[in-house]
Amino acid sequence: MTIRSLLVANRGEIAVRIIKAAKALGIRTVQVHSAADADMLAVKLADEAVNIGPPSAAKSYLNIDAVVAAAKAAGVDAVHPGYGFLSENADFADAVEAAGLIFIGPKGDAIRLLGDKVAAREVAARAGVPTVPGSAGRIASLDEARAIAEKTGFPIMIKAAAGGGGRGIRIAETMADLERHFPQASAEAAAAFGDGGLYLEKVITKARHVEVQILGDGESFVHCFERECSLQRRRQKVWEEAPSTLLPAAVREKLCASAVALAREVGYRGAGTVEYLYDEITQDFYFIEVNTRIQVEHPVTEMITGIDLVQEMIKVCGGAKLSIAQGDILAHGHAIECRINAEDPSRNFMPAPGRIEALTIPQGEGIRFDTMLYEGYSIPPFYDSLVGKLIVWAESRDACLERLKAALEGLVITGIPTTIPLHLALAGADSVKRGAFHTCFLETWLETEFAGLSGKIAEVA
Amino acid sequence: MSTFEIRSPLPGTFYRTPAPDAAPFKADGDAVASADTIGMIEVMKTFQEIPAGVDGKAIRFLVDNEEPVMAGQVIAEVEV
Repeated sequence: MTIRSLLVANRGEIAVRIIKAAKALGIRTVQVHSAADADMLAVKLADEAVNIGPPSAAKSYLNIDAVVAAAKAAGVDAVHPGYGFLSENADFADAVEAAGLIFIGPKGDAIRLLGDKVAAREVAARAGVPTVPGSAGRIASLDEARAIAEKTGFPIMIKAAAGGGGRGIRIAETMADLERHFPQASAEAAAAFGDGGLYLEKVITKARHVEVQILGDGESFVHCFERECSLQRRRQKVWEEAPSTLLPAAVREKLCASAVALAREVGYRGAGTVEYLYDEITQDFYFIEVNTRIQVEHPVTEMITGIDLVQEMIKVCGGAKLSIAQGDILAHGHAIECRINAEDPSRNFMPAPGRIEALTIPQGEGIRFDTMLYEGYSIPPFYDSLVGKLIVWAESRDACLERLKAALEGLVITGIPTTIPLHLALAGADSVKRGAFHTCFLETWLETEFAGLSGKIAEVA
Repeated sequence: MSTFEIRSPLPGTFYRTPAPDAAPFKADGDAVASADTIGMIEVMKTFQEIPAGVDGKAIRFLVDNEEPVMAGQVIAEVEV
């Protein structure tokens, strides 16, 4: 392997995770940080740290020139982008390569191709992966939109070809809605993304969000099974599991094979995720998009397969062949990840940065806590509210839920409010126990069951 | 004549405009009504509108657009 040193172009818990993976491979680490992040855990753990700019992410973590300059000055061989920030920015991948360094991820062209929602749908179709019924590509006119909506039926989503992260989406319930929203959506997309292109997708109601972890070295491609990410709030995932217990074996096999076919179609390199919507009733699955990076929820896959995905992506991007063949990848037991955010669930998830007074991390078999926290650390207000991820593994899903409850009770973070009470309530909820949820479940549950629970907690307090 | 201090309720980033290419909520010297929004604080990717909290003749900003602020920091002064 050619990588002897690595620049970590991210912050928070994922920076810590990357440093640990690099250390295990004997790689020297250089951590970038903004002026607001000089005290973060990743800076303390890395061999070297470089200040790349002011607190504003646009002027530091999103500043391609500053990050590439730091990499060159530090004399590293490679750059790991983590998730978020520049991780799926094709220009950044190109700039890293142009500086003579290795980008830990796919080539810029692959990121560009898969990042364009319309092009990605076309790639999926070529690889034989089913896509959500809708337009074949960009649509030129309202007339064309009407014809497609008549065929697929309502509700239908109007999506910006260049959108992402839940932005640039409108839902039309009727033809009148479609006629009203279509020109507005195009104007908005042009203003927000510099591209007014739109496409249409039928809304799959009560769908499950299921995604397949893939790995590739450019020549060989494997999957590490799937994750279930249906518990979401405002299109942000809250709780993730692996495997998805509702999938029949035959569907799982088809789903995972389709993700590998898609990886092969683009000669994928690194770790990636192919996201799908799954209709439990018809057992149909539909491609949504590819994430060309490591994901927040990658640990649940690591817990059931025993594969270190971050080490594997560093190795293949360094020129090594995949160290594992499909036949060697087995899923064992069940894992759940809870995202712990610095937010107050009893006050409508109001973000609350602040100083960590005390921290107790639960220990024991099958328990993992990926975090950026330490006692005395002050969480800055400028970035994401994710402060840690509690991941619990056990032989069965029921045993996993029991172990998770105990682990959540043992996880004590004082000084800031966190989403731990939400996860405790979810771990004890009957519908969660039965696995009876879908992508719109959590928001309703929060307004009904959780609101009731919070009320009781407030009365006791 | 007295001045009223508008303080940030939260730590975060202060924005004087509702969107990057939009006009500021208020310009220096503008009159304000108590319920008027004078800016937004971004804290961990969520945005909170900041009301003037007082009727006044003229507002003067002490913090620039997109500048970091601490909780309790004076963002603007209003002549009342």
